[in-house]
Amino acid sequence: MEQIIIMDGPDIDRTLKRMAHEIWERNRGGDNFYLIGIRRRGVTIANRIARKLQEFEGVTIPVGALDINLYRDDLSEIASQPVIKKTEIPFPVTGAKILLCDDVLFTGRTIRAALAGIIDMGRPQVIRLLALIDRGHRELPIQPNYVGTVVSTSRDESVEVMLAEDDGIDQVIITRGEINGAES
Amino acid sequence: MELSHKDLLGIEQLTAQEISLILDTAVSMKEVSAREIKKVPTLRGKTIISMFYEPSTRTRTSFEIAGKRLSADVINISASSSSVVKGETLEDTGRNLQAMNPDLLIVRHACAGAPKLLADALPTPVINAGDGSHEHPTQALLDAFTIRERLETLAGRSVLIVGDILHSRVARSNILLLNKMGAAVRVCGPLTMMPRAVEQLGVEYVPCLTDAVRDADVIMMLRIQKERQQGARFPNEREYSRFFGLNRAVLRHARGDVLIMHPGPVNRGVEISPDVMSLPYSIILDQVTNGVAVRMALMYLLTGK
Repeated sequence: MEQIIIMDGPDIDRTLKRMAHEIWERNRGGDNFYLIGIRRRGVTIANRIARKLQEFEGVTIPVGALDINLYRDDLSEIASQPVIKKTEIPFPVTGAKILLCDDVLFTGRTIRAALAGIIDMGRPQVIRLLALIDRGHRELPIQPNYVGTVVSTSRDESVEVMLAEDDGIDQVIITRGEINGAES
Repeated sequence: MELSHKDLLGIEQLTAQEISLILDTAVSMKEVSAREIKKVPTLRGKTIISMFYEPSTRTRTSFEIAGKRLSADVINISASSSSVVKGETLEDTGRNLQAMNPDLLIVRHACAGAPKLLADALPTPVINAGDGSHEHPTQALLDAFTIRERLETLAGRSVLIVGDILHSRVARSNILLLNKMGAAVRVCGPLTMMPRAVEQLGVEYVPCLTDAVRDADVIMMLRIQKERQQGARFPNEREYSRFFGLNRAVLRHARGDVLIMHPGPVNRGVEISPDVMSLPYSIILDQVTNGVAVRMALMYLLTGK
C-alpha cells in the first residue's frame, strides 16, 4: 500500500478561496442562493465556502446538510445498511439556486442520489455542483461546475479528503493498491 | 454498525449500542415525515407483510405508514379475514407467505413467542409488534425516543410506570430498555398486578401513587387490559381510578414539568383523567408521531443483507 499526499492544508485553503471568488463572480447579487453539502465532508466544504464568502463579500449564505443514504442505488448490494445522519435544509428549496458541494467526485452516483433527495423537497430553479477533487471514472452523465483539482486516478486507487473539522487535519491522500472499493 | 440479529423479537436481545443506533436512525427518519412529500425511495421494491392477530389501530397504521414512507409495498393481514378462520396454523400461514418472497414480516399475536416461532421457521426478518404478555419492543423504542427528544438522555432519568405490570408487554419492554440505557425505573399499581418478586426486574416497587410520582422525570400510565386479565385483580374501575388513576391531585406531588406518557389506547377516566391528558407536559400524541420514525428506522436496519 502506497500513500501520496496530493494536497496539504495551504493547498486546500487556496483552492477553496479561488472557488469562493469564482462562485461569487457567477452568482453575485442573486437572491435565493444557497449551499447544500453532502454529509459529511461536503458539509464541511460548504461551511468553509460560506465563511469565505462572508469574509470576502460580507454576505451570509445559508448552508444545508444532506444525507444521501436514503437515496442510494446500491442498498441491496452492500453488506450492511449505512448509518443515516440527519438531513437539515433550513431554507425552501423551491425556486432556489442551489450549489451542491461534495469532497470527491467519482462515479457520480452520490450526486445522482443527492439530486433525487433535493428534488423530493421541492423544485429548485437551478442546482450546480462543486467538488474539491474530480478523480474521473464517471458512470453517469454528471459534470461539476466548480472543481478544486482534477486528479487522474485508476479505479483501484482511493482518494481520501481529510478536513480538520472531521478528521483533525487538512490533507488529500491517494492510496494505491490493496484497497479496492469506491469511497462515498 | 448494524443490528446483530435477523429479527427484532424483544428489547432483551438488543445491546445499548444497538438501541442507540435505532434511536439515532429514527431521528433522521423523523425528518422525512416533516416534508411536504413524505416519501423516500429507500425500500423501493421491498415487500412488507404485517400480520395482526390482535386488534390494533395505532401500531398497525404506524407500521403501514412507516413502510409506505420508505416506498415499500405493505400488505396487511388480520386474523379475522385470513385463513386462520379456516384452521390454518401460524407456521403454515408463515410458510405460505414466505413462498411469496416478502422482505420483512411484522407480527402481533395474543400468544407470547408467536413471532419467535415464525422467526425460527423462516429466513425473512420478523418484527414483534406485541406478543401476549411478553414484549412490545417497538413501543419501548418509541417511548425511549420520545423521552430522549424531551430530556436529551435516558441515563440517570427516573421513570415511573403505573398499572398492570404483570400483564403488560409494554411495561416489560420498557423496563428492559430503560435499565439497559441507565435510567432508574419505579413501578406502582395494585399488588395483584405486580409480578412476584418484581424487584428482580430491576425496578423499585412503590405501592402508593402519590409517593411514587415524587421526583419522577417521566410518568408512564398503562392501560387496564381487560382482555388479558383472568379473575378480579381489583374490585371495580372506580376504585382503581381512586388509588391508581393519574389526576391533578396526584400531580401536585410530582415535579411541575414531569412528562406524562401513555401507550394507548386510553381508558379515559380510569387510569388517567381527561384533563391530565391535555396538559402541556402530556406527550401522548408525540409518542404516536415518533412511532412512525422508529418503525421506519427498524425497517431500514432490518432489510439490509
